[in-house]
Amino acid sequence: MERNNQLQRQVALMRQSLFDQGYLDEQFVQLEELQDDTNPNFVEEVVTLYYRDSARLIASIEQALDKSPLDFNKLDSYMHQFKGSSSSIGGRKVKTECSQFREYCRTGNGEGWQDKQGPEVQLLAPHRKKKRDSAHNSFC
Amino acid sequence: MSLFHVIGFGLKAGQLIWMSCWWIVSVISMNWFINGGLMDAKTGLLGGDGKISLNWREKVSGKISKIQHQYDHLFGSKKISNALWRKLLYTWVLCATMFSLWIFLYMSSQAIEKRKETLASMCDERARMLQDQFNVSMNHVQAMSILISTFHHGKSPSAIDQITFARYTNRTAFERPLTSGVAYAVRVLHSERAEFEKQQGRPIRRMDTLEQNPVHKDDFDPEVLEPSPIQEEYAPVIFAQDTISHVISIDLLSGKEDRENVLLARASGKGVLTAPFRLIKTKRLGVILTFAVYKIDLPSNATPDERIQATAGYIGGVFHIQSLVEKLLQQLASKQNIVVNVLDTTNQSHPISMYGSDEADDALEYVSTLNFGDPFRKHEMRCRFKQKPPWPWLAITTAYGFLVIAMLIGHIFYATVNRIAKVEDDYHKMMELKKRAEAADVAKSQFLATVSHEIRTPMNGVLGMLHMLMHTDLDVTQQDYVRTAQASGKALVSLINEVLDQAKIESGKLELEAVQFDLRAILDDVLSLFSGKSQEKGVELAVFISDRVPEKLIGDPGRFRQIITNLMGNSIKFTEKGHIFVTVHLAQEVMDSLDVETESSSKNTLSGFQVAERRLSWAKFKTFSQEEHVRPYPSSTYDPIILIVSVEDTGVGIPFEAQSRVFTPFMQVGPSISRTHGGTGIGLSISKCLVELMNGEIGFVSIPNVGSTFTFTAVFNNGCSNLNEYTSQQMNNQSNSANLEFEGMNAVVVDPRSVRAKVSKYHVQRLGIQVEIVSDLNQVLSSLKSRNPRIDMVLVEEEVWNNDSDLSVLSVDQLRRSDQKVPPKLFRLAKSISSTRSDNVTSDAHSPAVIMKPLRASMVAASLQRTMGNVGNKGNCRNGEVSRLSLQHLLLGRKILIVDDNKVNLKVAAGALKRYGAEVVCAESGKEAISLLTPPHSFYACFMDIQMPGMDGFEATKTIRDMEKSVNRKIKLGEVSAEAHGNVLNWHVPILAMTADVIHATHEQCMKCGMDGYVSKPFEAEQLYREVSRFS
Repeated sequence: MERNNQLQRQVALMRQSLFDQGYLDEQFVQLEELQDDTNPNFVEEVVTLYYRDSARLIASIEQALDKSPLDFNKLDSYMHQFKGSSSSIGGRKVKTECSQFREYCRTGNGEGWQDKQGPEVQLLAPHRKKKRDSAHNSFC
Repeated sequence: MSLFHVIGFGLKAGQLIWMSCWWIVSVISMNWFINGGLMDAKTGLLGGDGKISLNWREKVSGKISKIQHQYDHLFGSKKISNALWRKLLYTWVLCATMFSLWIFLYMSSQAIEKRKETLASMCDERARMLQDQFNVSMNHVQAMSILISTFHHGKSPSAIDQITFARYTNRTAFERPLTSGVAYAVRVLHSERAEFEKQQGRPIRRMDTLEQNPVHKDDFDPEVLEPSPIQEEYAPVIFAQDTISHVISIDLLSGKEDRENVLLARASGKGVLTAPFRLIKTKRLGVILTFAVYKIDLPSNATPDERIQATAGYIGGVFHIQSLVEKLLQQLASKQNIVVNVLDTTNQSHPISMYGSDEADDALEYVSTLNFGDPFRKHEMRCRFKQKPPWPWLAITTAYGFLVIAMLIGHIFYATVNRIAKVEDDYHKMMELKKRAEAADVAKSQFLATVSHEIRTPMNGVLGMLHMLMHTDLDVTQQDYVRTAQASGKALVSLINEVLDQAKIESGKLELEAVQFDLRAILDDVLSLFSGKSQEKGVELAVFISDRVPEKLIGDPGRFRQIITNLMGNSIKFTEKGHIFVTVHLAQEVMDSLDVETESSSKNTLSGFQVAERRLSWAKFKTFSQEEHVRPYPSSTYDPIILIVSVEDTGVGIPFEAQSRVFTPFMQVGPSISRTHGGTGIGLSISKCLVELMNGEIGFVSIPNVGSTFTFTAVFNNGCSNLNEYTSQQMNNQSNSANLEFEGMNAVVVDPRSVRAKVSKYHVQRLGIQVEIVSDLNQVLSSLKSRNPRIDMVLVEEEVWNNDSDLSVLSVDQLRRSDQKVPPKLFRLAKSISSTRSDNVTSDAHSPAVIMKPLRASMVAASLQRTMGNVGNKGNCRNGEVSRLSLQHLLLGRKILIVDDNKVNLKVAAGALKRYGAEVVCAESGKEAISLLTPPHSFYACFMDIQMPGMDGFEATKTIRDMEKSVNRKIKLGEVSAEAHGNVLNWHVPILAMTADVIHATHEQCMKCGMDGYVSKPFEAEQLYREVSRFS
């Protein structure tokens, strides 16, 4: 029980830090609000869905990036999806990066992407963690 | 006689003039002539002429417009007609001139003729008289010859001597008015001369010398005359009248004239006249008439020789022509100034003047012949007027008058034509200007619409970008800036929307829809819109809707809301303290209570502030002056329902000088107003237009520093017994579900102010709670004990609570300790956040639950629920909670389709909508959505993502709309029964676009594809509510 409490506190702290760092925005709070008695695992379901979806999308994006010349339209549509999911879940930073990515796609700037690739991929790591945590949170 | 003639001619000429006038008039306007002109012409010609000219002028001026109208029809182009008119005018002038000339000539010739006739008749008259008198004298002389032959030659001795003859002739002189004397000469042959001279005692004297040496009349002595030389025969005068006694014994045959005379007379046996000659004694001009006296009675066919043989003597009469004619003329008409000449024209080449002079200078002469009974001599009388003929003034004036009239008519005609041309020119100019103005107006509207539209598109970009910017890494200051920029942008967009509305209304493109709606819900929404502001300001906001207003109305809820929002927005903008009170009544109801409702004039208003008299604001409405609207309540199902809505505030009011232009677009009270309060001043003008579209009227009354009251009427249809039972049933279910839990409860409202209490009562009653109003807490306490039906809740007005906190505390205790099983709950009705907060601090323990004003049924219900603990809702009264509640109210039990290819989005959206109680169905592609939305279906609304692989949202929407259209058409045509399609006559599922991309998904594009609105992802409760509520 105590351990559970500790875990809960940890999760709360983690959640707060994600907010403070700007990884998440109010949309996530809204998402949390949507979870009630009738729908107890809502956040977890959504987040799991998001990760599954994202993983697939990122794989597709990486595939597309390997091609040369780059198919910007395809990339753009992937990024659109990715961005939509992210904004729904409240992943603010990912969304911002996606927007920028799309901007580069639109201008056909392959180099821009190369620059952005690093932070983008890095970004996903804390995300995963957080999401999993928050999922765990929901379980408890 | 001549005067009559002239008048007759004048009339004739006048008639001619009028006829020509009518002719011209008829040319100008056939139509007019047929209608009335002919009649007038007839009466005019028969009646006086002054009247016609008046009529004529009136007609002409009156019909000028008509003429002008016909003018175009009659003559194609302006130029042709102008030339035609000009020609006509010249012809007219020419004709008139010639005609007047003709009149002049005709009339003067007539006058001359007349003169001639007059002269001839006068001359003839004189000649006849002269002749008659002469003949009388001649006859008498002849008679005298018979006398002498009878008494001198027939008797022996002679019965006549000189004395007898003289006396006789003197006494019978009156018988011979023209003779100055008669004498008798006897025929004496030379053989008888001596005897004759002896017998007479005087020699026969000759006349020649006398003629050669004329002597003076007075000392004329016949004795000096020489004796006649020896002749074959002699004719000495033996008898003579006294006047010519000097001729006695003078031999007539010795005078040349006399001799011829005598010889001629005795040969012919008739009277013979001499040529005029100077008489012997008087030397005056005279003629001598000679008759022969025969010894025997000769037969009429006797030969001259026989006559000469039978001649006994000669009787002669001296005619003193000059004096005689004078006497005659004087006797006749001395007034007539005519000159008479009497001439002997026996010798044609040398007529001998017997009387008269040539003094007359008039060329006109008339000659009449005189017959003095002497066949050998011819006489004639020549008459002239003494004066020259006078100027023919009548002819001149008539002709001139006619000319003047004709010229005047011509001038009038000319002026008319000119004026017509001018008017026509002006008309064309005006038309041109009008066209230009209209074009300018259209251009303005177009410009406005285009510009507004064009501004909106980039504005959406700006707003979208701002929205995105807000979600990037910003510090507090930056966020503040962005928020301000976004707020300004939103304000600008709403302004542009208003301008577009205005343009639409002006071009008449705005059409109202007729759908069923719940007036109370709409007012609740509007109220919630303003609740934040009113709470901030501490202004009390209240809505009261009369019970008699039907639950459901048919009309345009969106526009109705717009009006109310406009009016309330204005009110809240200008009100700092007091209240804003919206009342909705039936017009019928207001009319009935016009006399009763006098209390409102006192201080009994919602907040206690004085207000502008509400009734004055509708004083000018036509609805109330028309009696036909008075009909007994309840009205039948499809009767129009006239609502009268008043928005009353206690704001700054409108200055009197600005009141007249309140409804003019872009007119604000003053420039300072827009600086302090913002706004464009277009809202009221739009409201007025909208109200007029709803067949209503809008009016207001405002007293500066007291407040304003705007009132409008709107006509709706009663929607209570609508065919669309499906929807209404659903509505009822849904509204009931919220209210059922309070059904049958009892409440007490503590409020000393009746108007406010009424409002509170109205809202609480809507939840199905029985309400009683008392004026203070003591009454509540007393009634608690006595009353039989238990009291579930007590609603205390904040004012009452604060005023008497001791009593309040006491009453709380009392209530808690009341012997009922469930003690009545105590509520405080608070109007502003600030007051609530302060109270929270001071009296936390005893503080009852607070219900924030403005009161709305849903809000009240939520507050009650929270406090009474019936439902386990999270019990905080945040603003989000409010909209969530209303959204739940809106979406509960509704089936909603969400279409998105992104599963995450789908899940989140579904979760959000489910949260509001909706039944959510998900679809992952446009095609799936189409199959689900094929009628009949039971979806209340559809949220559609726009960017989807395969079929995007626009395309899917288009397909769905096409499907709906075909089904609707089939139902209409009866091909498919309505029952098979769920009893819905007109399929139109609201489709809302769902996109994160605010830039591309512009409103217009959505609308173009048949979508009804759009929400941006991720869902915001507020936005969702706003969009969905539009279709409630």
